[in-house]
Order: sequence, then structure tokens, then C-alpha cells
Amino acid sequence: MSKVRVLVGTRKGAFVLTSDGKREKWNISGPHFAGWEMYHLKGSPSDPNRIYASQSSGWFGQVIQRSDDGGQTWSPVGNKFAYEGVPGTHQWYDGTAHPWEFKRVWHLEPSLTDPDTVYAGIEDAAIFRSTDGGQSWSELPGLREHGSGPRWQPGAGGMCLHTIILDPSDPQRMYIAISAAGAFRTDDGGKTWQPINQGLHSEYIPDPKADVGHCVHHIAMHPARPNTLFMQKHWDVMRSDNAGDHWHEISGNLPTDFGFAIDVHAHEPETIYVVPIKSDSEHFPLDGQLRVYRSRTGGNEWEPLTKGLPQSDCYVNVLRDAMAVDKLDSCGVYFGTTGGQVYVSPDAGDSWSPIVRDLPAVLSVEVQTIA
Amino acid sequence: MTTNRIRVELPAHLRNLAQVHGEVTLDVAAPITLRSVLDALEATYPMLSGTIRDHTTLQRRPFLRFFACEEDLSHQSPDSPLPEAIATAREPLLIIGAIAGG
Repeated sequence: MSKVRVLVGTRKGAFVLTSDGKREKWNISGPHFAGWEMYHLKGSPSDPNRIYASQSSGWFGQVIQRSDDGGQTWSPVGNKFAYEGVPGTHQWYDGTAHPWEFKRVWHLEPSLTDPDTVYAGIEDAAIFRSTDGGQSWSELPGLREHGSGPRWQPGAGGMCLHTIILDPSDPQRMYIAISAAGAFRTDDGGKTWQPINQGLHSEYIPDPKADVGHCVHHIAMHPARPNTLFMQKHWDVMRSDNAGDHWHEISGNLPTDFGFAIDVHAHEPETIYVVPIKSDSEHFPLDGQLRVYRSRTGGNEWEPLTKGLPQSDCYVNVLRDAMAVDKLDSCGVYFGTTGGQVYVSPDAGDSWSPIVRDLPAVLSVEVQTIA
Repeated sequence: MTTNRIRVELPAHLRNLAQVHGEVTLDVAAPITLRSVLDALEATYPMLSGTIRDHTTLQRRPFLRFFACEEDLSHQSPDSPLPEAIATAREPLLIIGAIAGG
């Protein structure tokens, strides 16, 4: 019988939640790396026992951990992220030039086919690759050297490369997103990159239609339809049907189009999920009601999902990497909150229940479906 | 080349990372300085590389301090000799995490 393994990164450690295909009873393992910020954990699609984890702290910097037994035991691997060449400068908050400085790894994306190959999205924004299981890391400098780099500037959370999407139909194509620079695509395996921000409109930047500078919070793709992308922006939910060449807004009847997380149903490429947050200055659900919104039409028409979620006095946030789906039938949807709850819906969002309620603030949630 | 046995006390998180309990002892080639001790520490425990000082700049991480013999050595040159009591292992070099954060 299939089972699921949910990898949860929190402000104070990592947790591994496991259940069978019914997703009713859960085993909770952790905290692993207690006291450390765990920005992201993700398993290899080609070897589910291989899991990579980003462990960091304000005191001790960055550590990368690797498990080869499904999260039971871990070993530190390489943590040296050195920019290629002279890294140059980007904009600082006051508009001055600021040198690129490594701070932390936000996102780890294992290769779809090789468990020893994994990509890392880091702050200050750059993408690195390891081909030896995380022991050593090399930058793909074409992104940072694209030409617009000196104009990138950090958002409130830092200048982080937080999204990496590998195209299952084309190993040379990848997508990344940087807060607050925007989205980029490579079609040659990471050598060269182009911004893919046409159609985005951001009133808070000098040129609302600029080629870079948009605050992209997260991007999602269904593996069966890799040319269609969905984006949760600082404001606006967006869709592209041509690999990011152009985007159009699909916020439709959402009560607010601000949010962080967005994901796609594992079997229905037109079914997507977001968690609307009241505003960019009030990072909590509207009216204290925690609601996932689902569109079954690829956007524009949205329905609130409330069954099992707190509908009063709830003021948590759901961060960009804190939502995931499993591959079971029916599709399970998961998200974690800054209040330390991890919710599961085993019926594609119709009903929800907490797996666990009192973890530290959740930074990331990933799900492995294991045969 | 002479070597000295040096005692180093790590913060709890780094003891966990290095999978050690209590003080660590290191054989360090003279001269006994912050640089030579940290070089020996990272050679013995590679998982600590980058956690005490930056990989590239070798600068001390801002929230860490180096104490020895009731002195704060955090701002001294990494090539200055450490006190005799450290070089002779009468006292440990203390690597301390600042009390900060939440």
C-alpha cells in the first residue's frame, strides 16, 4: 500500500510526518536539527530515500544535510557556496550598490532523474548545482550575470532565489523565481537565462511593466503540462500558457489576490490552490478565517475551502514553500502555517484536518508519495 | 615541527553537528593562534567549516565570540599568539554563541 512522507521545515527544526494511503493516522518524527532554521527539505524523485535539507542559523551560517534512509539518519555534506568570479553588486534597500553576499539556501531541488544532482536557490540570489550528492556546489553564473543583476534588490525577506522548477519534458529547461526580481527561464541547462515577466503589472515599482523587479512569491507547474505555469505574486495570481513568455491575471473572484503559496492538483492540471492573505502589511487570513481557495478551471473562478479549517480568530500565514500535493488518488493537499499547524486534505481540498498543531513556525512542506 | 595539544569548547549546536560531547582536543602545529586552532578544528571536523568563520573571507561569524583566560579575543588578529594557558592546554579556547534572537 502506498504511503506518504511529509517533510516539514520549521524555524526550529525539521519534522518528518508519515502515514499510509488513508492519511488519517500519522507518525511524527523530530525535531531533527533542533533549534536550527530548516528552510527547505526535499526528496529525490528518482530515489525517495535520498533527502536533502537546508539547515541554517544566524549564529552558525549554512549547513546542508543529506539523508539516504528516508530521513531517519542524516549527514552534513558540503556547505560552501562561492559565487563564480567577482560577484559584483546589486541594489541595496537605499538604492546604493551592494556586493553579492551568500546568506542561506532557501530551496533545494533534486534532479528528476539523478539522485546525486541537486540544485540550490540561495540568498543573495543565485542558483548552484551539485552533481556529487551535495558534497560540492558550483554556481550556474549565467543567471546572476544575465545583465539585469545590478538592478535586482532585496524584498523585505531578502534577495532570495526561492523557486526552482525542472521541466520533465525538457532537461535543458528550468524556471526560477527571485524575490523581488521576478521569474527567469533557461533553455540550455542553466548557461543562459532570460527574464519571463511580460504581462506582470506591479504598481509598487517605478515602471509597473518592467522586465525585472516584480515580486514573485511562488510558481507552480503540473508535470503533464509543463508549458503552463501558475504564479502567486506579491499581488495578483497569474497564469502563463507559453512557458512564461507571457502572463495573464487569473485572480478572478478571490477575496484578495495577495498571498505566498500556490500549487497544482497532482492529476488535474487545471485545479490549483492558493491561500489568500489579507494584504502585504497584514500577513494573515481575511477576517481571521483560514481558507484555501481552489479553482478547477485553471483560474478566475475560485471556491473557498473551509471544512476543518479555523474560521475565526486565526491569524497565521502560509509561506511560499509551505504547500504541497501528493500523488495518491484522491490527491492529498498539505500546508503548514506560521502558527505551527500542518493541515492535510486527503480529498483534494474538500475537507481538512491538522496532522500536528504546535510545531515551530512552518517554513516549508514537501510531500513524497512512496509506493 | 612542534605540536601542542589544545582544548576547545564548542557551543551546543556545533557539538551536535560535529557529534562530539564535551571539550574537543586538537593537535595544533605551532604557532598557536586563532587561525591555527580553527584550521585544525576544521580539518578534524570538516562539517564545522563555514560555521565559525566564513568559507571565503575567513571572518568570524558576527554572533560568535572567542574567549580564553577571561579575555575576549574576538577582535584580535587571527595570527596573534593565544595565551600561554591555551597553548599548554591549562585552559580551553571557548567558542561562544551570543545570547540573542528568539
